[in-house]
Amino acid sequence: MLELKDICFNRDGKVILDHISFVLDTNLFVAITGPNGSGKSTLAKIIMGIEKPDSGTIFFDGKDITNLSIHERAKLGISFAFQQPVKFKGITVYDLLKLSAGKDVSKKDVCFILKKVGLCADAYIDRELNSSLSGGELKRIEIATVLLRKGKLTIFDEPEAGIDLWSFNHLIDVFKNYQKRENTITLIITHQERILNIADQILLLKDGKIAYFGPKNQIMDQLYQDCNCPFMEGGCDYECRG
Amino acid sequence: MNVEDKELLEKVSDTKDFQSMAYNIRKDGKAVERKITEDVSIVNKEDGSGIDIYIKESAKNAFVYIPVLLTKSGLEDVVYNDFHIGKNAQAIIMAGCAIRNNANKNSRHQGIHRFYLEEDSKVKYIEKHYGEGHGSGHKVLDPITELYLGKNSTMDMDTVQIKGVDSTVRMTKAVLEEKATLTISEKIMTAEEQYAKTEFEVDLKGKDSSAHVTSRSVATEHSHQLFISRLNGYNQCYGHVECDAILKDEGTVQAIPEVNAQHIDARLIHEATIGKIAGEQLTKLMTLGLTEAQAEEQIINGFLK
Repeated sequence: MLELKDICFNRDGKVILDHISFVLDTNLFVAITGPNGSGKSTLAKIIMGIEKPDSGTIFFDGKDITNLSIHERAKLGISFAFQQPVKFKGITVYDLLKLSAGKDVSKKDVCFILKKVGLCADAYIDRELNSSLSGGELKRIEIATVLLRKGKLTIFDEPEAGIDLWSFNHLIDVFKNYQKRENTITLIITHQERILNIADQILLLKDGKIAYFGPKNQIMDQLYQDCNCPFMEGGCDYECRG
Repeated sequence: MNVEDKELLEKVSDTKDFQSMAYNIRKDGKAVERKITEDVSIVNKEDGSGIDIYIKESAKNAFVYIPVLLTKSGLEDVVYNDFHIGKNAQAIIMAGCAIRNNANKNSRHQGIHRFYLEEDSKVKYIEKHYGEGHGSGHKVLDPITELYLGKNSTMDMDTVQIKGVDSTVRMTKAVLEEKATLTISEKIMTAEEQYAKTEFEVDLKGKDSSAHVTSRSVATEHSHQLFISRLNGYNQCYGHVECDAILKDEGTVQAIPEVNAQHIDARLIHEATIGKIAGEQLTKLMTLGLTEAQAEEQIINGFLK
């Protein structure tokens, strides 16, 4: 279980997160959505420990983790897939995935994960994580690093960004299956309607505050109603809705 | 060689199984062991300044191992090793120098390695440098490498300075004829008050010749590194130099590139990136459960791998 109590975060005189409180039970798939600048990524980073809140408390499985470092939270089973994957000169895809697993994994296991995210293992496993890989390839590898960790709480920060449509449809199934594991929470920051549709609950952030948190069905209708976008039909994402 | 020498030798060797190849082991200024093979002959220079290594024409996978050990404090050892690679031959050459200095006088080794590659020959050259010892005497390595690449020849050079070398001035010069290809990969790590200067000068003389020079280095504590590269394009050619350096503690790195195109179809590129480990790299690895120190170690090890 994840519980945030009264989290506040200000930067440069601007309120980014304004008294955020919520509780997430296990066996939940939660999508966090909202306009750009609403505080979604900051909230995710605060849960992982990448950013420190100005005030408030975070509990994970009953333990106060507010002052724990990133790696201590990772050891407790919190994983994080970055919106912008990081490049490493000299470190190969296999090296990074071994570090992700936290043990010496076989190439066969690594190939299995790469295949899941739509990459041909043979062509990628020994590649360096440098600029020779495209943004989409790096993004899929980033997602693979998190899937391999099998965390109790897994956070994906805009997994759709940089992924082509064909691969993305495939990833939807990956997320669905990933959440089937017992006693886990999947938290996805997204603007994508197709991800919102597979979530159990939706947390809508606006101006650093929770505008809605509850079952998806109730909010999805509202999101549609708010939309003034002429291209809405055909599945454009929430981001372009007025 | 005693047990300690053998251990020291392993620091600059990628193989323990050199007995099957041609080799010449030099210790404290003298050749102590040598073996030749059908494809490789090793001959002393008449003036005693070093050796000539001849690799037969059309030899396939000729292996040569030419390491140097310096164990006497205060010794200044200079040696000329000339490698003559026959037409269409393929060779793997491993060299390196390990210095142990447990006393107070400076020890210095300068290996002048000259490579003459004939037409269509291919060479993989691996060179490692290492220093150790608890004395206050400096361990100094000043290698000079000169490469003459004949028509359509290929040379792939990996040079690594692992640790413990107090001062090094490394000079590499190359001349490339038509369709010759040169790839150099240099990796250096310095610590304490160490100093490393590396200088590359490549003359792309022949049509369609190409050179790729990559230098990756890490400067830690109070060490300083200077990287100088000069690419000269005298024909239709391609040259690329990439210098990447990671700074840690009070370490400093200076890179001075020079690209000199003397032909309308010469294409020369220089890239240099110097800076500390990016914060997002550390953060990513920490989200995988590594401490900051472990993350830093992984990033540096990968960078210099």
